[in-house]
Parts: sequence; structure tokens; C-alpha cells
Amino acid sequence: MRRDVLTGEYFTEGDIACAEGAIAAGCRFFAGYPITPSSELAEHMAARLPEVDGVFIQMEDELGSMAAVIGASWAGVKSMTATSGPGFSLMQENIGLAIMTETPCVIVNIMRGGPSTGQPTKSGQQDVMQAKWGSHGDYEIIAVCPSTVQEMFDLTIEAFNLSEIYRVPVIVLGDEILGHLTEKLVIPQPEEIEIVERRKPPIKEGYSWFKFNPASIPAMASFGEGFKVYATGLTHDETGHPDMSPETQTKLVKYLCDKVRKNADRIVKYKEIMLDDAEIAIITYGSPVRSALSAVKRARKEGIKVGLLKLSIVWPFPEKIVKKVSEEVDTVVVLEMNYGQILREVQRVAGLERVKFLPKFGEDLHKPGEVLELVRRCKK
Amino acid sequence: MKSTIKYAAAHPLDPYLRKGMIPHIWCTGCGNGVILNCFIRAVRDLNIDVNKTVVVSGIGCIGRITGYINMDSFHTTHGRPIAFATGVKLAKPELNVVVISGDGDLFAIGGNHFIHAARRNMDLLVICANNFNYGMTGGQYAPTTPLNAKTMTSPYGNIEHPFNLVHLAWASGAVYVARWTTVHVTRLLKSIKKALTKKGFRFIEVISPCPEVYGRYNKMGDALEIIKWLKENSVIQHFTDPSKAEIELGGKITVGEFVEKEKPVYNDLILHLKRRIKEKLEKEGKRTLVKI
Repeated sequence: MRRDVLTGEYFTEGDIACAEGAIAAGCRFFAGYPITPSSELAEHMAARLPEVDGVFIQMEDELGSMAAVIGASWAGVKSMTATSGPGFSLMQENIGLAIMTETPCVIVNIMRGGPSTGQPTKSGQQDVMQAKWGSHGDYEIIAVCPSTVQEMFDLTIEAFNLSEIYRVPVIVLGDEILGHLTEKLVIPQPEEIEIVERRKPPIKEGYSWFKFNPASIPAMASFGEGFKVYATGLTHDETGHPDMSPETQTKLVKYLCDKVRKNADRIVKYKEIMLDDAEIAIITYGSPVRSALSAVKRARKEGIKVGLLKLSIVWPFPEKIVKKVSEEVDTVVVLEMNYGQILREVQRVAGLERVKFLPKFGEDLHKPGEVLELVRRCKK
Repeated sequence: MKSTIKYAAAHPLDPYLRKGMIPHIWCTGCGNGVILNCFIRAVRDLNIDVNKTVVVSGIGCIGRITGYINMDSFHTTHGRPIAFATGVKLAKPELNVVVISGDGDLFAIGGNHFIHAARRNMDLLVICANNFNYGMTGGQYAPTTPLNAKTMTSPYGNIEHPFNLVHLAWASGAVYVARWTTVHVTRLLKSIKKALTKKGFRFIEVISPCPEVYGRYNKMGDALEIIKWLKENSVIQHFTDPSKAEIELGGKITVGEFVEKEKPVYNDLILHLKRRIKEKLEKEGKRTLVKI
């Protein structure tokens, strides 16, 4: 029996489903620092990774965790870390390094309420913009947003695959509710799981693993294979060597952004639920999807034509579908456990007038009744 | 910055350098070249497989060294080379992983990673170029700047007590600790060779002249005068008490080996752990920690 993919049905929590998804995706290195509410993920990796010939290390802080994850990835091993708000802030420094050196890796942020120490044991979605803009400089990133324990498994695999394809750090934006929520998880047979393996450079001599073409992202060389890799956080040309010229900076930054922007249609992932005849569309992601789904079902029973657009990937922002849906309805309702982050993106695409918003400031997930009430008011 | 230098003849160390990256950015009289030279000579003398050696650096003048060494190399963020190197060594244990960085990088912003990698006995060789200040940013005081020394941020004289790096390395658990200056070329080379053949967390501090910045503010004269000063003021004493090897402005500098010992290496402990789990899995046919 395989020890990496534990095929079967389980009743387990989101943090553990995420860890199992990572192992199934081929993750064999985890570096992290304990923080509520993501510690269960690290604990599970500490128990599981040695079983599958992987390595778990508890680092001295999140700065070091993120640096170690990048080091392991350049050594050729799929690697990840998991944290929550304050730890995510500390990781931003080396998330920037991963972006600059195009290092595939996965960062799980089980969000809690902030700012600062905030609400360690409560839920929130206040780091969505930080996931996009947290490190300095211009860049694009990919962020997946699960809303069930099953998706904590599935979308973590997706996160690893996307990070290999686009050579970009991918953020899994979970939240405390999801991390600690226990529900059904089905781990499929290994052959049913699609895994993107690390691509190897075709040749050794004269090969560059930095080529600024968003349509063809080069395979990455690993340490110890005779490539004499050199990578730097400095602005570099296509040989990977430092070059401070404005031309190189322009080419590099455009490429780092465009490899996500120009491939956005391939990356984005969403679900349209009961939107065909909808007059009102709820747009949300993560745990609030659960409340939204319940509200939509109840509203439909009352004859209100409401549907749901569930965003499974928020970065790159799925502009096209949000535009399409918002044009087809009278009113758009955004639900988030923050004071308006993805809201701004929706407003940018759908316009200010038709967008209603129901914020939650942490701990308190939207109650289906509250969402229903807002939908009823939109109907009037 | 592409080289326009014409090479008269091949230098024996050329294969160890990325020639397209030369000339280097370092100032005349800087000690970093000596460190680069000693490191690649040590690798050559020991006939170490350059394809299985990774050099990691941080930010600062010496941080550029990874661009010049023709081996797998990575120029990380400020203070993080040891943490990055930890990830490399754990993911691919067969690699020799060497960190070469500066005193500000390793002991101010990266101090936490240094003490913890030493505590774990991570299998890394760390070489620190100590020039007593932040040279690249224009000469500000560092955690190694001696009391009363002048820098751009201690214009009236430094009022902070410096770290004694060999003492810190000893206290943190390093299995090999040495200090040399760039004047002690032969001894430094020998020391790097010794460290490269040992396992565990190994630390070599190299006192390195910074004539253009630190030397200028402290009126130490030109590069030659600083070299002469280092030669006359360093005292070779092996295995002395590292706590007594503090460096004071204008004082003598104790150099030599301070620690050489054996202690279980982190990677070996991981191997042992994995073996234990594997045996149990095979014997009992089930996993030990069943949370799922």
C-alpha cells in the first residue's frame, strides 16, 4: 500500500486535509513555525513526512521557514510552509525572493482576525490583499481559496501543480473555520490524482532557467545536478546574473507579472451555481461560500432568482467571469470576512452602483439568515 | 557589467570562477578576494566535487561571492543564507553546503538563524567575512563594531558592545570554530580544508580589511597599512578560551582554532528517525501516529 496517498474516506479537519493534499501532490519538505490556527497542519506534517521519506523542520521563525522552503525547492524537492496572519507577514520578505527567483513552493495561510496579534483562535479573511501585495515590488501571484475540507485537499494539490507550471509561489488561503472544521474527506486512488512533476532542463550547456517569455516558462535547474545554478534576488537578465539596467528591470518585471496575467484564463477556477436565470448574484470565496449556498437555496424556495459565483482562485482575479455575471444580473452581493478587500476588485469590474456588501470582522461567519435578509432587500 | 579584461593565460583557478562575472565589485584592498581565493583553493586541493557543492550568500559586499564561484550558488535575502542553506541540506543531504556572508548579515539581521543552525548542529560550513561594519551601505556600525570605533552611524564613536563571534559560535554549539585574518592566507586555507572535511555546524570568522570605508573613518591608513597592522596585532593561540578572544579597538586579535569536537549531526538524526519509522511500519504493517 502506498504511504503517500492514503486512499479512503475520512472524517477529518481542514488542516489535516491540506497536509494530506500536499503529501499526495509530492511535497516532501515542510518548514514552519507554530502558530494558531495552523499548528495542526505542521503537527500532521511532522508525523507524516518521515513516513514518506520527507523532512519536517520547525524553524526558529517564519523568516527562516520561508527561506528554507525556497532552499529545499532549489534542491529539487517540492516544499511548503503553513502559517497564519502574523507569520504570513514575516514570510513576505522571502515570498518576494521566491517570486524573483521563480521558485515553485506553496504557502498555506490559515487566516485569523487581525491586525497584529488580533484574534489567534478566530476566523477572518483579512489577508487576501496581503496575499496579493504583501511583499514589496511589482508582481503577480496565485492564491487558491478552499471552502470545504475536501477542497483543502483538492486545491492544495492544485496549488502545487500551478506553482510548478508557472514557477511562482502559490498561496492557499484557508481560514480558522476551515482549518478546524471536521467533515468528510475522500482521498482518491493515486492514479486519479493529477500531479505536475518538476520539469528538468533539457540540456546542461548554455541552458538558461530564466527566460522572459510568459508563453514558455523554462524548466528550473536544481542544485547538485551539474548545472552550476546561480540565482539572485537582485534584478537579473536572462542569464540569471545581476543587471541593474532599466531595460532589464522592465523586461523582468513585465515577465514576472505577465506570466500570471497572460495565463489568467488558464489559471482561474470558479463555480457558477444557479446563475442561469439569476437577477441577484452572490460573489464570495472560502468559508462564506457555505453560508451563501444555504442562503441561495432558501431564497430560491421563496422564488427569489439568486445565484452564486464561488471563486476557488482569487489571484489572479477572475475578471472575465465576474464581468459576465455582473452584467447579467441587477445586483451583485459580495460576502467576505473583512471590511472589503475582494469587494474592491468586484467594484472595479462591476461598477460601484450595483454592488452590495456584507462584511464580517472575524470570528463571526455570515449567518445564512443574514445573507437571505440582504438578498430579500435587494429583490425589493 | 561584462568583462573587458583579456586574460594573458589561464589561471589554475579559472575553472572555479564564473569568468563572465569578473571583474568583481570589491574595492581595492578589500579582504573578500582572499576569502574567495582560499575557498576555491580549498575545494580544488581537496578535489571536492564542484557539482555537489552549493554556496549560499546573503546581502552585503561578500554576498556577491556566489556570483563569482562557478558552482551551484544562490544569493539570498539579507540575513537568510543559513536558513536557505538549511532547506538545501535537508532536501538533498548529499550536497556540501557552504554559507559565505558578512558579519552584519549573519549576526544582526540573521543572528537568529546562526544560533539555531549551530544549536541543531546543521551540517553547514559558515564562513563570515568580518569587516566590523556595513560596507556596502556606506559604513554603518554592525554588531561586530568595536566600542568607540567610528562609523557613519556612530560618528562620535560606537557605544554598543560588540559580539565576540567565536564565543557566540562556541556557546551556540558549533563543532568547529576558528578565527583568522585575511593576512593568514595559508592558515585560513588549511582551516577551510579542515572544516570542509568535517561534519556538523562549522564556523570560520575571517577578519577582513575594509580600507575604503571602515578603515577610512577610523584613520587606519591605506590597504597596505591595514594589512601590516593586522599582521603585527594578531596573536596565534589555538584552543584558548573563546570568551577571552574579544576584539577591542586598537587591541590585539586572538586568532586560531577555538573548538573542534564531535556531536550528532542533524541529518544523521533524521536518517535514524526515518529508519526507526520504516522498521516499525514494515514490522507492524501500520502507521504509528494515526490522526487520519
